[in-house]
Amino acid sequence: MLLLIPLLPFLGFLVNAFVGRRLSKSVSGGLACLAILASFAVSALSVWTLLGTPSGALDQVGFTWMSSGRLHVPFSLRLDHLSALMILVVTGIGSLIHIYSTGYMHEETDGEYARYFSYLNLFASFMLVLVLGANFPVMFVGWEGVGLCSYLLIGFWFRKQSAIDAGKKAFVVNRIGDVGFILGMLLIFATFGTFDFQEVAAAAGSRAVEHGAMGAITFATLLLFVGATGKSAQIPLFVWLPDAMEGPTPVSALIHAATMVTAGVYMIGRNAVLFSHAPTTLAVVAGIGAATALVAGTIGLVQNDIKRVLAYSTVSQLGYMFLAMGVGAYAAGIFHLYTHAFFKALLFLGSGAVIHALAGEQDLRNMGGLRKYLPITYWTFLIGALAIAGFPFLSGFFSKDEILYRTFVADMPGHLLLWAIAMVTSLLTATYMFRLVFLAFHGERHAAAPAVHAHDDSGHHGAGHGGHIHDAPPSMAIPLIVLAIGSIFAGYLGVPHALGGANRIEHFLEPSFEVSERAREGATTGVDAAPREGVAEAVPASLQEPASGTEEHGASTELMLMALSSAVAIAGILIAMYFWLRNKEAADALAQRMHVFYNLLVNKYYVDEIYDAAIVQPVRLLSTNGLWKGIDVVIVDGTVNGVGAVVRGTSGRLRRIQTGSVRTYAASLFLGVAAILGWYLW
Amino acid sequence: MVPLNYYLILSGILFAVGTAGVFLRRNLITVLLSVEIMLNAVNLTFVAVGRYLGTVDGQIITFFVMTVAAAEAAVGLALVISLFRHRETLNPDAFTALKW
Repeated sequence: MLLLIPLLPFLGFLVNAFVGRRLSKSVSGGLACLAILASFAVSALSVWTLLGTPSGALDQVGFTWMSSGRLHVPFSLRLDHLSALMILVVTGIGSLIHIYSTGYMHEETDGEYARYFSYLNLFASFMLVLVLGANFPVMFVGWEGVGLCSYLLIGFWFRKQSAIDAGKKAFVVNRIGDVGFILGMLLIFATFGTFDFQEVAAAAGSRAVEHGAMGAITFATLLLFVGATGKSAQIPLFVWLPDAMEGPTPVSALIHAATMVTAGVYMIGRNAVLFSHAPTTLAVVAGIGAATALVAGTIGLVQNDIKRVLAYSTVSQLGYMFLAMGVGAYAAGIFHLYTHAFFKALLFLGSGAVIHALAGEQDLRNMGGLRKYLPITYWTFLIGALAIAGFPFLSGFFSKDEILYRTFVADMPGHLLLWAIAMVTSLLTATYMFRLVFLAFHGERHAAAPAVHAHDDSGHHGAGHGGHIHDAPPSMAIPLIVLAIGSIFAGYLGVPHALGGANRIEHFLEPSFEVSERAREGATTGVDAAPREGVAEAVPASLQEPASGTEEHGASTELMLMALSSAVAIAGILIAMYFWLRNKEAADALAQRMHVFYNLLVNKYYVDEIYDAAIVQPVRLLSTNGLWKGIDVVIVDGTVNGVGAVVRGTSGRLRRIQTGSVRTYAASLFLGVAAILGWYLW
Repeated sequence: MVPLNYYLILSGILFAVGTAGVFLRRNLITVLLSVEIMLNAVNLTFVAVGRYLGTVDGQIITFFVMTVAAAEAAVGLALVISLFRHRETLNPDAFTALKW
């Protein structure tokens, strides 16, 4: 049954890819939606079965994929509590995005429409393989597959140069990360002799925690983390994600919320035991996560493209998730991933509705006052913004507070600094999200007539709109409303103990992280604890008691932190209100006064330029002058041409023998016969 | 009875005459005739040696050679005619290219 989950969208891909251009839009779009919805249904059914399974994991071995010596890789899928949550997010949010897309893309031609949906299905299919894979190679199939699909979808409008460039950038940057992933994977095989997640976790669990930076596990996890930075857009490989919004807006929602970027976080969660045995790596993960959150948050503050702001907010939120992973709060990280999927999908789809209504306009400065024209979009977007800002009792509030709290009480050096960074980022998040809301939906309309003002470079909606701005059609409005409801209530799965909740999601995920938690405790007390035990083994309730006891102890701290972060979120909203609603001159004046800093932010810390100067240009120079003009032209071409020249020169001389004169030939024939006869007779 | 050596010497002379003709004459028809002389020199040797050894093998081979020579003359003359039509000359030095 597990095989069906990725197979259904894959079938949808096959049908749309091969016969899609001959199908009408309602058939190809409906087929794609049906495929992912069916996959969602099967996922739900599988998770239901899983909940009744005492071992806490369902396995399905498809076939033996590779078998050579001690390398044995079955194509096997495994559903445990962690992947259960992931497949529900991927197929659930994915379905909503598919449905939304049927409305958003309806102006494409039939062929393009089918192509779009085939990519979308393939994307979901690969993401499900990634999540369900029971060993590294199977995960890697999905890992590469989503990379490919992101390339195809970002460059979907391939007649637009910037879209092609963005697609290529995403692909190349992801490849850099993948090198790390492959090396890490191979190092793990070399160390543990297996690729299976469970076996690796069990083998790692029986080892001592590695201190210092030289151990095999530390190296392997660092390499895996390089892969995660590529896929999940962390420093230094985050540059592709903001450009990824060149694709259709639902694609951004799919990449940013349900699939792709969550892969890195998921991968660390999947290998929680390994990472727990490498405190050095965890410190790096936490540091990179916090730094990314801050950097992306500050950039998001000044961008004027509605999707670009959201893209940087995704990078920033992913930083949060990595921070959680780094401080060992795996469940909190996955919890944030899950709530983030709701509100980020909502925000992207909402921005898509805005862009759709304004015929391709993406610049915030040309919006304003849209609240009146787009009530559904406005209200759902507002809920999403409140949720991501961490407004009390919306989903983002619970998951973000969980991360902040876990960072605050983490036992690693510098955790207070990380916490402070996370708090500042939280303020920034609230501020830039509400800057977006106020600029787009409040105030006065700026653009004279957006229907006339159809952007040609991104103008896929060029024609077909009347003069009036219309709100989202039902196919787009329903996903927005569903996601808005999700953004409000998704967090109630993880209400912390301090608020009288049960933090159900953490207990749900516990089996997947159980051994790693113990390894961490062993690490802190300096004892090589971590008994040899499978990750997915069921945990008796009695084992959980001490853990929840310590949580009671920190309840007052947690409540205080919660109040603080709520205050920060509200402060952020007020700041945004002051600058972009009440007193716009103040924002401009501030930008004027701090123009150096402002320019730095507008230009995204010049990261693209630095990469260009430090990596792209040297590589290009080396390739042009060294590899091309040096090695290729001189050595490779030189050898080939040299052989040719020698042959030609020799033939040129030999050619003179062939005069064409019959008598010369006759003479040589005669002399030859005479010579042979002479040889035999004498 | 004429000793074998006489035949061989005559045959050698005829062959030398034929060879010289092939090399030295500037007319394709004469060259063909020279080739015929060379063939007949060989025929003479065959017949003479056959007689000397008391077998008929030499005579049989000679008949073969005469047949081949007849065919060769027919083909050769046909070629000469068609070459002449192209170039209006029978000088072998005029034909140095395989096609034109």
